[in-house]
Amino acid sequence: MSLGLLFLTVLALSALGYAIGRRRAMSTVGGDMRKLHSLPTFYGWITALGVVVPVLFVSLVWLFLEGFVIHNSALSHIDQADVPIDSSVNLMMADVTRLSQGLSVLENDGFDLAKIKQDIDALKIALGDAGVAMGNDPTPNMIAAAEAVRTTAKNSRLGLTLTTLGLALAGLAWGLRRISPEFRARNATERVSIGLLIVASLIAVLTTLGIVVSLMAETVHFFGIYPASIFFFSSTWDPKFGGGSTLGILPLVWGTLYVSVISLVVAVPIGLFSAIYLAEYASRRVRSVVKPLIEVLAGIPTIVYGLFALITVGPLLRDWIAMPMGFGNSSSTVMTAGLVMGIMIIPFVSSLSDDIINAVPQSLRDGSLGLGATPSETIRQVVIPAALPGIVGAILLAASRAIGETMIVVLGAGAAAKLSLNPFEAMTTVTVKIVSQLTGDTEFASPETLVAFALGLTLFTFTLGLNVVALVIVRKYREQYE
Amino acid sequence: MTTVPPITDAVPSAQAPRRTHSLFAPDKRTAARNAQESRFRAYGLVAIVVALLALVWLLFSIFSAGLPAFRQTFVEISVQLDPAVLDKAGNGDRAEMASVTTIGYGKLIGKSLGLELAAKGIDIGDMTPKDLVGMVSENAAADLRDMVLADPKLLGTTVQFTALAHGRIDGYFKGRVTMETAVRDNSTSPEKLMLADKMVAAGMMEMRFNTGFLSMPDASDKRPEAAGLGVAIIGSLYMMCVVLCLALPIGVAASVYLEEFAPKNRWTDLIEVNIANLAAVPSIVYGILGLSFFINFAGLPQSAPIVGGLVLTLMTLPRIIIPTRAALKAVPPSIRDAALGVGASKLQTVTHHVLPLAMPGVLTGTIIGLAQALGETAPLLLIGMVAFVRDFPGAPLSGLFDPASALPVQIYNWTQRGDPGFVERASGAIIVLLGFLIIMNTAAIILRRRYERRW
Repeated sequence: MSLGLLFLTVLALSALGYAIGRRRAMSTVGGDMRKLHSLPTFYGWITALGVVVPVLFVSLVWLFLEGFVIHNSALSHIDQADVPIDSSVNLMMADVTRLSQGLSVLENDGFDLAKIKQDIDALKIALGDAGVAMGNDPTPNMIAAAEAVRTTAKNSRLGLTLTTLGLALAGLAWGLRRISPEFRARNATERVSIGLLIVASLIAVLTTLGIVVSLMAETVHFFGIYPASIFFFSSTWDPKFGGGSTLGILPLVWGTLYVSVISLVVAVPIGLFSAIYLAEYASRRVRSVVKPLIEVLAGIPTIVYGLFALITVGPLLRDWIAMPMGFGNSSSTVMTAGLVMGIMIIPFVSSLSDDIINAVPQSLRDGSLGLGATPSETIRQVVIPAALPGIVGAILLAASRAIGETMIVVLGAGAAAKLSLNPFEAMTTVTVKIVSQLTGDTEFASPETLVAFALGLTLFTFTLGLNVVALVIVRKYREQYE
Repeated sequence: MTTVPPITDAVPSAQAPRRTHSLFAPDKRTAARNAQESRFRAYGLVAIVVALLALVWLLFSIFSAGLPAFRQTFVEISVQLDPAVLDKAGNGDRAEMASVTTIGYGKLIGKSLGLELAAKGIDIGDMTPKDLVGMVSENAAADLRDMVLADPKLLGTTVQFTALAHGRIDGYFKGRVTMETAVRDNSTSPEKLMLADKMVAAGMMEMRFNTGFLSMPDASDKRPEAAGLGVAIIGSLYMMCVVLCLALPIGVAASVYLEEFAPKNRWTDLIEVNIANLAAVPSIVYGILGLSFFINFAGLPQSAPIVGGLVLTLMTLPRIIIPTRAALKAVPPSIRDAALGVGASKLQTVTHHVLPLAMPGVLTGTIIGLAQALGETAPLLLIGMVAFVRDFPGAPLSGLFDPASALPVQIYNWTQRGDPGFVERASGAIIVLLGFLIIMNTAAIILRRRYERRW
């Protein structure tokens, strides 16, 4: 049974459970609602929940383990010796997956699978006609593995169907048997519901856990096959597919920091001054128009900024500044990425600073103005010092945003890992290298791929540190004036 | 006894400067302070103007580069489908007709175009039919072949066929290609461009609105004119459905628990700090999570909307939980007290009263979270959505597991191609993406304006 149909069947069963449960509760007391412990709907609800909840959890676990089991069943058919020298087990498994899909297509098209599996040349042609592209030619072992994938998948789907339907019916029967006038259906329903709410709020914790575990596991794996001293202290980044690469993080960190600093140099003055103007000078009408407009900058997807850097800002800087002044002739530069990223983070600085300046008590301003200070003197000598911790927090949040930003630097900063001071040169960042090491057909045993996880962990730790510090500062500051 | 100095009247000291001008004219120091005041104010104004100009510049540059993508040059050709060429066996059997490749159809188009130009009296100089094929997109032959294979009865008739013009010809009318660049170009020549001008004059070639841009799948590197957003729009739609179906219920459930039921202890504090930090984790980290957990561990297929949807769900959750909690907090306690007072349980209070009152705020937060998820690119790159996908995914739910593209990834993909025609496509795709975002955000604003209650 297909997943969608199964899902609908279980839903229908639970709706049925609701209806029967309700009616049954009423019939146990002969239609006199006062004799029931809870309202009749609760008897319906608890029956329906008894059908859906176990099915939901079991089928989720099943679906996650299914992939794992299928992979292993196929792997057992493949010898290390089968793997071509220039390929890898992972690439081969991808071929096996395609082959198993291809076999299913051929079966639907009416081919005699038993016969065609004997004749590899005919199989190749048939697969080609069916539009299934393979990296390498199928071997008998691969065909066996593909068949294993197909049978395991089929059995697993059958097992899932039977298990879920069985569970759903069992849940229905059990729920209906429990119904009696004394059964505290409302309490039971609420316990189950609150349990579900708790599970939902645990997902956030599980996400963090998942991020940390997946980054950690692969990073440990990476340092097992690659010396940590080179990773942290080498100033060369030179990945070579086929081994012998130097993977030093320093040029990437330098590029990341350089781009972030330029973006902050652009965004902090603009963001801060616009926040001051909006909070202290602007009339209500101007504020209600300008503030949302500036926040539009934060709502534009980063890929848009990336394209803007690539087609407009990069060529402009190259033709008008870098080339005439002899700084370089590349359009993807640190300057391009920094400038565009600066535009992107203006609203992060301005919105938060605006809130913080507004939170400074009016009495401080009144005191200063009453002593004869001009508004600007009040702002510079009273409001800003009072709001400073919060503003620093806002800037730190913007910095963490800049460090973790990907698309602008992928399209605007270039891909060459360099340690240079010239802002009109192409450099690269941690995020760019994560993307370039992990896209395409990746081989999960080589240091060139695993290094991306070490880079990811570095990035995660760094931005997490910045965020925590910034959030603590902002929160403390808010409490101060509340 | 100490001597006390005699108390005297204050005498103006001789050093004090005498005011030499009227009170209405400010003195030097006041003037300086006032000047400083207006300077400071001007800095603020300049900052705002710079920020807004940046926004205008960004939008202008994208729109001016992208709007041409919505118009495309088409060629009208009447092609005579010669059975002797297309169906050598002469029995109308599709399997045998399929042996005629697109090259055969290309030749046919070139021949027909030559005949038609001759009939209209347009001088083609020394251009061969092979050159003439270069006037239309490489996709035209494939389209014609599909048309014939779908309906073999067309054989022997003359059909009026609308073909896409070649990317360079199209670029010529959009100003991207000029006679000078055409000289150095392998894909076109000045003669072809001049012929294109004559064909426009003869009404055989015209530019019109390009619906294919929104409905066609991606096309290969040499055919920017045939590339469309169809697969990407479907893929993005599927992913948004997954995000909506998962993130909205889970996010609301988590917020309700944390806001209404959770005891204040170390565990719930941990969850709260966690959610605040998750909202600020760089999106690419979610991509790494998706790659190692959903694809490598759970064995879900690469490039599938289901994986993209799951990754974006995890990313969107904290962005839904935070506004939802704010909306729940904004419902006054008196509502809860009243409900509890007449005997509702805590869960009934929340589901019957608090949640419905907070719903506009919840939906506004959800729509904004979805809009952010729609534009997210980096995590999708890592889970393999950059792959070149030409086949439309199937219907849900099994279609969720088919390979697809997504709008932002399609844009990235096009920026990486060699042909300059793809820059126009990428910018056009951004206009489509921004269009969706504007619709979603407007919906959020309307919801907030119309239904949100102030207590």
